[in-house]
Amino acid sequence: MANNVSHTTEYRTLGKVLLFLMLCTFLTITVTGIHLGPFSVTVALLIACAKAYTVMTYFMHLKYESLLLKLLVGFVFVLFVLIILITFIDYAFR
Amino acid sequence: MSSGTEKVEYVSYLDHQGKYKGILGWIFATDHKRIALLYMYSIAAFFFVGVILGLLMKIELAAPGQTIMKPQTYNGIFTVHGVIMIFMVVIPGLSAVFGNFFLPILIGAKDVSFPKLNRFSWWIFIVGSIMAVASQFLRSGPPDTGWTFYAPYSTTTGTSVILATSAAFVLGFSSILTGLNFIVTIHQLRAPGMKFFNMPLFPWALYATAWIQLLATPIVGITLVMLIAERLFGIGFFDPNLGGDPLLYQHLFWIYSHPAVYVMILPAMGVISEIIPTFTQRKIYGYKAIALSSLAIAGVGFLVWGHHMYTSGMSEQARWFFSLLTFVVAVPSAIKVFNWLATMYKGSIDLKPPFLYALSFIFLFIIGGTTGLLLGSVATNIQVHDTAFVVAHFHYIIFGGMGFAFFAAIHYWSPKIYGRMYDFKRANIAWGIIFVGFNMLYFPQFILGFQGMPRRYFDYLPQFQGGQLVSSIGGFILATGLFLMVRNLVLGARKGEIAPANPWNGSTLEWQIPSPPSLENFDEEPVIKQNPYDYE
Ligand SMILES: [Cu+2]
Repeated sequence: MANNVSHTTEYRTLGKVLLFLMLCTFLTITVTGIHLGPFSVTVALLIACAKAYTVMTYFMHLKYESLLLKLLVGFVFVLFVLIILITFIDYAFR
Repeated sequence: MSSGTEKVEYVSYLDHQGKYKGILGWIFATDHKRIALLYMYSIAAFFFVGVILGLLMKIELAAPGQTIMKPQTYNGIFTVHGVIMIFMVVIPGLSAVFGNFFLPILIGAKDVSFPKLNRFSWWIFIVGSIMAVASQFLRSGPPDTGWTFYAPYSTTTGTSVILATSAAFVLGFSSILTGLNFIVTIHQLRAPGMKFFNMPLFPWALYATAWIQLLATPIVGITLVMLIAERLFGIGFFDPNLGGDPLLYQHLFWIYSHPAVYVMILPAMGVISEIIPTFTQRKIYGYKAIALSSLAIAGVGFLVWGHHMYTSGMSEQARWFFSLLTFVVAVPSAIKVFNWLATMYKGSIDLKPPFLYALSFIFLFIIGGTTGLLLGSVATNIQVHDTAFVVAHFHYIIFGGMGFAFFAAIHYWSPKIYGRMYDFKRANIAWGIIFVGFNMLYFPQFILGFQGMPRRYFDYLPQFQGGQLVSSIGGFILATGLFLMVRNLVLGARKGEIAPANPWNGSTLEWQIPSPPSLENFDEEPVIKQNPYDYE
C-alpha cells in the first residue's frame, strides 16, 4: 500500500539497514580476533540474530505483515534458540 | 463419461485436454491431482527397486558366510536401500501423493497455492532421484556409509559419497517446496466457513508435516554441503585432526533426521484419522486433541534428536535430557492411538480393505512405538544399540506405520482417484499375506537384536541362523503379498467396476464430488458449516 511519500522514507530506512548490516559483518570479523573462549560462539550467534532480525523486519517486510505471520516467525525463532541451547547441553558438559 | 446431472459439463481430470497432449500433458501438468499421480508412479518404481535390494540382503543373510555377494557389495546395497527408501519413498510418500491429491479437495480448494512450484517440485524430485540411482553405477562404487553418511568415515571413503549426498540435497529441495506450498495453501485457500478447527484431520497432519519439511530440511542440506566441502577441500568441520568435531555431524544430521521420521509418520496418522471415522460411521473421538497432538509431535519432535547418539560420546547431561524429551514426545502419539480406539468403541465397524490396513497400522505402530521407548531409555539403548533390534523397531514404525498407512490410503482413495473399484476379496487375501510376511520378516529381528546380532553385518554367528532364516522367508512372503496387492489395485483401476462418488459413505468433502474429480474439483465453491465428521 505504498504511495510515493512512504517510498522515499522507505529507501532511507533501507539504506540505514544496509549500513547496520555492514557494521555487524565488520563486528563479526573483528570479534573473531579477540579471544573469548567458549563465548565466541555466543557472541557470533547474537550478532547473527541481530542481522537476521533487521533483514526480516525491513527487507522481508515483516514489519508490515499480520500478527499471525509475526507469531509464526516468532515460534520458529524460539525453536531455533531451543535447538542451539540443547546442543550446548552436550558441548558445555562434555 | 458423463454423469449427466451436473449443470456444468463434467470432464474428469484424467480425460481433461489441456495445452499438451499425451505424456507431455502429464509432465507439464500443474493440476495437483496429476502431479500426485506422477509422484505415485515414480515412488512406486523406486519402492520396487528398494524392495529388490532388500530381498538381496535377505538372501545374503539367509545362511551364515558368503551367500550371493561380497561384503563390500552388501555395504553398498544396504546404503542404497536406505537412501532410496528414505529420501525417495517414505519422505515424499504420503504428503506428495495423497497430500497433493486430497489436501486441496479436503479444504474445498481448486488447487494448491503455487501449482507451477508444485510441478517444479516433482521435476527436481526426479532429478535428485536420478542422481541417487546413478551414484550406484559410478566407477568408484556405490556409497558404503549407510544412509546416514556418518563422518568421519564418509569424509574418507573412496566410494561415490558426493553424488549420493548431492542427490539427497536436491531431493531435500523438493520436500521444502512441497512443505511451503502446503502451508500457504492451508492458510490461504480454505473454503468459506472452513475454519482451522473445521478442517479434516489429514490436512491438519499435513500442516504439521509441512512445517517440519520447511524448517528441518535446510539443516540436512547444509550438513551435506559441509560434508562435501570437507571431502573436497579438507576444511575440518568434522575431522578432529583439523580442529573439527565428528559429533557435530551427528548433531546436525539428526536435528533433521529425527523430525524427518515425523514427516513420514504424521501424514500416516492423518490418513488413519480419516479412515477410522468412515468405517465405524462415528464422529471421531477427541477431534481437537488429535489435531493439536500433530502440532505437539512436530514441535517436540524437533528437540529429541540426541537419542540416536547415546553411545557416541555425548555428555552425560545431554543423554538424560534427550531421554526425558523422547519420553515426552511419546505422549501425543499415544493420545492419537487412544482416540482412535475410543472412536471405534461401539461403532458400526465395516471390515473393508482400507480399514484392515488401518487396524494393522495401529497394531504395528504400537509395537514400533513401545520398542522405541526401549531405545529412548539410555540404559537399554546401550544394550541394543546398532543391533537388529533397531532395524526391527525402525521398520515397524516406517513400514508398519507409514507403509501400511500408504496401503490403507490407496485402498481408501483409489475409487476416487480412478473412478473404479478394486476386488475386495483379492485385496483381503493380499492384506493377509502382507501382514503375516511383515511380522515374520521383522519380529525375529527384535529377538536377534536382543541376543546381540549387529545390524549392517554381512555375516553372523551360527546361533543366529534360525531367526535369520525365518526373517528371510518372511521377506519373500511379504514381497509376494505386495505383488498381489499392486496387481489387484492396477486391475481395479483399469478394469474394475465403476465406483460411485461415495462408496464408503464418507463425510468429508472428497466424497461429495464425482469420481474421478473434475479438473477444478468443485463446480461451485463449497461452504462449510460443521465439523467434518458428522455422522450422528
Ligand atoms: Cu529419532
